[in-house]
Amino acid sequence: MPTPVSERPHPPIRRKPAAIRSERRAGVAMAAPALLLLALFLAVPVILGFVLAFTNARLISPNPPRFVGLDNFIRAFVDDPTFLHSVVNTFVFALFVVPIQAGLGLLLAILVNQRLRGVTLFRIIFFIPVVTSIVVVSILWKFMYQQDGLINSFLDTVTAGAWNGVAWLNDPDVALGAIIVLSIWQAVGFHMVIWLSGLQTIPEELYEAAEMDGASPWRKFADVTWPGLRPTMVFVLITITIAALGLFVQIDVMTQGGPVDSTTTLVYHAVRKGFKEQEMGYGAAISLIFFIAVLLIALVQQRLTREKD
Amino acid sequence: MTTDLALTTTAWQRSGSGASRDGEAPRKGSTMKHRSLAAMVAATAAGALVLTGCGQAGQGSVNADGKTELTMWTHSAGNPGEIAVYDQIISDYNASQDDYVVVREDFPQESYNDSVVAAAASGDLPCLIDMDGPIMPNWAWSGYLQELKLPEKLTDSLLPTAVGTYQDKIYSAGYWDAALSIFARKSVLDANRIRIPSIEEPWTREEFDAALETLKAAGYDTPIDIGAEDQGEWWSYAYSPILQSFGGDQIDRDSYLTAEGALNGPEAVEAFTWFQELFTQGYAGNAGTIGNQEFVDDQVALSYTGVWNAQAALEEVGDDLLILPPPDFGHGPKIGGGSWQWGITADCVDAEGARDYLEFSFNDDYIAAFSDSQIVIPATAGAEGLSEHFGEGDDLHAFVELSQQFALARPATPAYPVISSTFEKAAKDIMNGADVQSTLDNAVKDIDQNIESNDGYGF
Repeated sequence: MPTPVSERPHPPIRRKPAAIRSERRAGVAMAAPALLLLALFLAVPVILGFVLAFTNARLISPNPPRFVGLDNFIRAFVDDPTFLHSVVNTFVFALFVVPIQAGLGLLLAILVNQRLRGVTLFRIIFFIPVVTSIVVVSILWKFMYQQDGLINSFLDTVTAGAWNGVAWLNDPDVALGAIIVLSIWQAVGFHMVIWLSGLQTIPEELYEAAEMDGASPWRKFADVTWPGLRPTMVFVLITITIAALGLFVQIDVMTQGGPVDSTTTLVYHAVRKGFKEQEMGYGAAISLIFFIAVLLIALVQQRLTREKD
Repeated sequence: MTTDLALTTTAWQRSGSGASRDGEAPRKGSTMKHRSLAAMVAATAAGALVLTGCGQAGQGSVNADGKTELTMWTHSAGNPGEIAVYDQIISDYNASQDDYVVVREDFPQESYNDSVVAAAASGDLPCLIDMDGPIMPNWAWSGYLQELKLPEKLTDSLLPTAVGTYQDKIYSAGYWDAALSIFARKSVLDANRIRIPSIEEPWTREEFDAALETLKAAGYDTPIDIGAEDQGEWWSYAYSPILQSFGGDQIDRDSYLTAEGALNGPEAVEAFTWFQELFTQGYAGNAGTIGNQEFVDDQVALSYTGVWNAQAALEEVGDDLLILPPPDFGHGPKIGGGSWQWGITADCVDAEGARDYLEFSFNDDYIAAFSDSQIVIPATAGAEGLSEHFGEGDDLHAFVELSQQFALARPATPAYPVISSTFEKAAKDIMNGADVQSTLDNAVKDIDQNIESNDGYGF
C-alpha cells in the first residue's frame, strides 16, 4: 500500500541551505545501513533471480551458466505439464481460500467482538493455530487425514458407520480440498484479529445513532460496519491473496505435490526444480512467472478496491 | 581447528574484558568511549578473520605442535554409535604418527548435503568428507572431489558396492554397505504352504503374486509392507531394483545420455503396472508408519526392508524370522547398493595425509565395529568374521550373500539427483493411479531435458 501523502516526510520549507544539506547528510547516513542491507538481501537476489531465469544456471555444475533466451519460459508452458498443473492448483487454491478465509475471519471477528464473559478465551482459541508452526500443523493434519485418522473416524461415528473412509491426501480428487480446509483453519485466526482491530476503530456513536434511527442489525452491518471496515478489507484481501498464492509448506510436508500433480503449486514446483533437481535457471524462470502473476493480481485488486472519490 | 576456535574465544574474551575496564572508568568520558568502540570493532574484525581462517582449517593449517590438521566432516551427528567408532579411529590415528591431526566435525544428515554444497561454493570444504553413494558422481563432476588413489589392494578387498567409481576412476570408498531383503515369518509361510525361497532359487513373479494372494486371503489386510509411506531417496533405492529385475532401468547405462527406452520401454511399463497393481489389489498400502513396526506386530506377513531393521526384528521374532531374497521378475533378483562412503576433496592441500588416514581407518577391527554398532554389512571379508552378526553362520549372514549376489549400484552419473527425484514422483503418481505409459514418458522427458540442459554431464 502506498504511504498516505500526509505521512511523507517533507523538508521544512524555509531553512538555510547549509542546514538542509547537513540534515540531508545525516539522514542519508542514518538510512544507509538499512538501505545497504535491503539492497544486499532484497534487491540483489531479486535482480539475480531475474537474470538467472534467462540462463541455464545449475545449482552445482563445473560449467559456467550461459544465456538461453526464453527457453526456460517456453519449456514451462509447452513442455512441462506439472508446471501447468501447478498454475491451475495455485489459482484454484487462492480462489477458494481468499473469500472463505476472509469471510470466516470476519464472522469470527464479529462473534468475538461482543461484550460477553469468556470472549477472550474464544479469541485465544481461534488464534492458537496461527502461533503454531505451520510445519507442526501440517504434520498433525496429515495424521488426521489418514485412512484410519481422526477425521474419518469422526465422520464414521456421526454417520453411524455409513461413511466409507477415504485417505484424504492420497486421493487426487480430494487432496487439494483437504489442504484448502487445513490452510483456512490455520490462518483464519490471524485475519480475525485484523478484522477485529478494524471493528474496534468504528466509533460507538455511529451504532448508537443507527439504533436511534431504528436500524435493524443487518442495516447496521451493511451501512455502518462494512463501510467502516473498508481499509481493513483491502488489507485482508491483499495479504490473504499473496499468502495463498505462495502456498508451499503444507505441500512440502503433506503431499510433495502428489497424488498425480493434484496439489503441486508454483512455489513448490520452483523449489523442486531449482533445488532438488538443481536447475536454478529453470527454477528462477518459474519464480519470475510467479512474481509477475502475483504483481498483476495485486494491481488488479488494488484497482478494484480503490477509494472512489 | 581446535586451536583456531580457542583463539577466537580469547579474542572475544579480550574485547569483553576491555569493555568492562572502560566501564569502571566512566569519568574519562568520550575519549574512552571512542577507544572502547574502536577496540570492539577491532576485536570483531579480528574474530571474523580468525573465523575465516577457521573455516579453511581443513586446508592444511599447521597447529602449535607442528602437526598438520586434517578436518573431516561426517553426516553422523545424532548417531552416537557411529561417532564412537570414529572417535576411536581418530584417537588411534592421531596417536600413531606425528605428522597429522585429524579433527572431526559432525552434521545432521538432513542438512549434510546442503552444508557440503554451500562450503564448496565458498571454497571451504574440509579435506575429508563422507557422502551417500549415489551423490558421488555429481560431486566428482562438479569438481568437489579428487581421485581417491588408495592402494588397489585395499579397494579390491572391499565389497564392490562399497567402492564409488565414476567414469572408471575411484572417488570414494566405504566401510560398509546396506542391503534390502524380504522379512517373513517361517511359521506364517509354512501355515500358508508358501515355498521358502533361497538365493539359488528365489521366488518367481508368479510364485510371489500367488503368495501375496494367499496371504491376503489368509486375513492380512495388506500382506506386504514395501515402505511406500516413506519419501525421498528411499523410493529410488528400494524400487528401482524392481524395475531392473523386470529388465528396465532408470537410465540407459551405456550412454548415460537418455532414459528413453530404459524408463519407458515395455519392461518398465510392465514393472510399473505390476507396482500399481500391488496397491490396486490391496497387497500393499501406503498409509502405515515408516519403519518395520507393522511386520513386528504381525499386521503384515512380508516386509520389504533393509538390514538396519534386522536386529529389532530378530529380537521380536526370534528364530521364526526369515531373511529372503527379493523375487526374480525375469532378470534375476536385484537390490540397491552403495551406502555412505569417504572421499577426499579436490582442494585438499594435504591429500597425502588424508589418504594416510583413510588407509589407516580401513582396518578390519574398525569396519567390524561400524558393522556392530550400525547393523550394516562390513565391507571386507576379514571384518565379516570379526563382526557380531555377519560372519559365516551368524544370524544376519544372509545379507552378505544378498549384497554380493544381487546388489546393483544406482546409476553413476551426475544426473542422479534429478533421476532420483523424477523417479520418485513418477512412481508415486503411478501408485496413485496415474496412467503408466504417459507418466513414464513424462519422466523420461524430464530427465532427458535435464541432461540436455547440462550438455550431457560430460558423457
